[in-house]
Amino acid sequence: MTEAAPAPSRSAAPEAIRVTGLRKSFGPLEVLKGVDLTAHEGDVIAVIGGSGSGKSTMLRCINFLETPSAGTITIAGEPVRQRPDGTAADRRQIERIRQSLGMVFQQFNLWTHKTVLDNLIEVPVHVLHQPKAEATDRAMSLLARVGLADKAHSYPAFLSGGQQQRAAIARALCMEPKAMLFDEPTSALDPELVGEVLAVIRALAAEGRTMILVTHEMKFAREVASHVMFLAGGLVEEEGPPDRLFGAPQSPRLQQFLRSVG
Amino acid sequence: METLSLLSLSPPGWGATLLAGLWNSILIAVGAFGMGLVLGTLGAWGKIHGGPVTRDLLALYTTVVRAVPELILILILYFGVTDLVNQLLLALGHDRIQISGIAAGITVLGVVQGAYATEVLRGALLSVPQGQVEAARAMGMPPFLMARRIIFPAMLGLAMPGLANLWLIATKDTALLAVVGFAELTFATRQAAGTTKAFFTFFLAAGAIYLIITLLSTWAFHRIEGWARRGEPRNAG
Ligand SMILES: Nc1ncnc2c1ncn2[C@@H]1O[C@H](COP(=O)(O)OP(=O)(O)OP(=O)(O)O)[C@@H](O)[C@H]1O
Ligand SMILES: [Mg+2]
Repeated sequence: MTEAAPAPSRSAAPEAIRVTGLRKSFGPLEVLKGVDLTAHEGDVIAVIGGSGSGKSTMLRCINFLETPSAGTITIAGEPVRQRPDGTAADRRQIERIRQSLGMVFQQFNLWTHKTVLDNLIEVPVHVLHQPKAEATDRAMSLLARVGLADKAHSYPAFLSGGQQQRAAIARALCMEPKAMLFDEPTSALDPELVGEVLAVIRALAAEGRTMILVTHEMKFAREVASHVMFLAGGLVEEEGPPDRLFGAPQSPRLQQFLRSVG
Repeated sequence: METLSLLSLSPPGWGATLLAGLWNSILIAVGAFGMGLVLGTLGAWGKIHGGPVTRDLLALYTTVVRAVPELILILILYFGVTDLVNQLLLALGHDRIQISGIAAGITVLGVVQGAYATEVLRGALLSVPQGQVEAARAMGMPPFLMARRIIFPAMLGLAMPGLANLWLIATKDTALLAVVGFAELTFATRQAAGTTKAFFTFFLAAGAIYLIITLLSTWAFHRIEGWARRGEPRNAG
């Protein structure tokens, strides 16, 4: 590691997400070899790195879609309780924590048999037991915010990729999450549709939302991120403020990576 | 004219007997299909998520049922199982019981249906897009709710053609219960035909009834499939 320790005084805001000593192996393949991350409220942390460097794996360990092999995850000061094998020990706790982390996937993953509106209100109504009218109102205003008010009653398959991803972001926002986890939200999109999704994410960053953003869009990362992490070889190879990381990268691997992505 | 009076509902017509048989056939088909769905759901779940022993047992179940002719299975299950139950009762010092034809019929055909349904539902379950399941997990949906609200509806469209087929098999397999003397439609028809010697009339009538059931249910399943696949562009509208 080029940088010995993450700058401790990055933010005085309360901690939203803390990852300590995260390791993850798939069989013999050790993908993460001890990763630390702290996101304070309002932080936008961009995670960059080559294909297969474990960016998705790290993000998915945060909400236990993957079981960490070692390490702890603390969300808003509350450590996720784990069994000795690493799995979440308390189903209700992990479900509650997942509800506070809005995740957006590369492939959108909207429920294809539900309309856009029903995708948005599914969890608020059926899991959080909010009144349907109230959830619908909020869903409609979120859809208006992402420019999809007229698509509320369409099925996802009838939407463009960019529209589906904006709907997926609205679905995550519908649960009023404390933080957002984005896994390459624009990688599956045609180039002309990337801008509309980035605009939505940019607006979320501007309103001070906490987010962790795995992305291959370097220009965008530099623009919105408050902190950038470069993953390589299962470790945080280098991290810091975007201007320093992109403007004056220290480690040879990061320099080479930035050259390769142009 | 003579033909119509043979089919009339009031004696000496045999219409009422046929209808009673039809009713029994439908009851058994619905019951067996329902039982098949339950067994099939459990079987599909077990085949995908179960341990090695569960998976082996389920493989044995589906292989045996699909390999052995249904008529033989029905005879084995019907006589074998009633006998077993009664021997058990006797051994425990109880009296023999007369197992109701309907219950036995449903159980026997349900076990057969369950094996086929296991395969149909397993295929559908495997085809549910993993990303949609993951989205539900990532939003903190409890497992049972997820199965009911996300996985099951996503499976339905995929499973519908196979299930429609199973239902038609269920309606026709009820005819096999005639061999054990159960008064379903085919048995009633044989009775009527044998008594009146009007074989052609009665078997033609029975055939027409089976055909109508098939046409009606094909139409109904088609509607359900269209509804289940409402989110897919090609089936929309
Ligand atoms: N479920 C899994 N089983 C086995 N190996 C896996 C699994 N998930 C990921 N891996 C492996 O772990 C490594 C890291 O994968 P990961 O998806 O985290 O990379 P990434 O940085 O997100 O890459 P990309 O930029 O291509 O999305 C890869 O070598 C991948 O093949
Ligand atoms: Mg990835």
